[in-house]
Amino acid sequence: MIRVAVQPAAIDVVTELDLHDAGGHGASASFIGRVRGDDGLTELFLDHHPAMTAAGLANLAHAAADRWQLSALTLIHRVGPMVPGETIVFVLTSSPHRAEALAACEFLIDRLKTDVMLWKRESFADGHVRWVEPREGDEARAEKWDR
Amino acid sequence: MLLEIAYFAWVRERMGVADETVDLPANIADVGALLAWLAARDARGQIAFAEPQRIRAAIDGVMMGLDTPLAGAREVALFPPVTGG
Repeated sequence: MIRVAVQPAAIDVVTELDLHDAGGHGASASFIGRVRGDDGLTELFLDHHPAMTAAGLANLAHAAADRWQLSALTLIHRVGPMVPGETIVFVLTSSPHRAEALAACEFLIDRLKTDVMLWKRESFADGHVRWVEPREGDEARAEKWDR
Repeated sequence: MLLEIAYFAWVRERMGVADETVDLPANIADVGALLAWLAARDARGQIAFAEPQRIRAAIDGVMMGLDTPLAGAREVALFPPVTGG
């Protein structure tokens, strides 16, 4: 079971976990990315492509399902405006075995930073606004999965 | 050739529009040439595409390099490197 979503609504982590709890999977691994309020950040805005962002997430989900033995996979990315503390991204992988669940979860979060059409814009209390630049380490972390 | 162009993130802000349809001169053969053409067209383009190495592109929904030919393309998306996650 693969579930992928790109949504402006808040991500309901508890409901998503319940779906995996009900599946009888031996192991689940999860990643939750949240908005940090560093440096007086007041809003994080996620820009996206109406079609390609969802397609990119679906491609990653299927790549993970092809590579590891997964019984369920949930990949949800929020878009639009959000405030510190809110969940930006939620990855949940379930498998009969922990190693498969953990590896697939790490693969998904590493690759979605470089492969999916999403752009972060930060607004701060003092009024300045900036688009986030990719970090050098992100590319290297994503590429290690090519080996 | 008529081509739809969609802009994202700071490229969209600098261009002042989310998308447009352009009548492309026949000698604009690939994405790199399109960026140079947009940069030469007006002040907004000059600011948005001053550093083409910071631009990524997708042609009809598929991410492509800047040397990709435009022949047969319907829509080109132009955007900065992605920063999701």
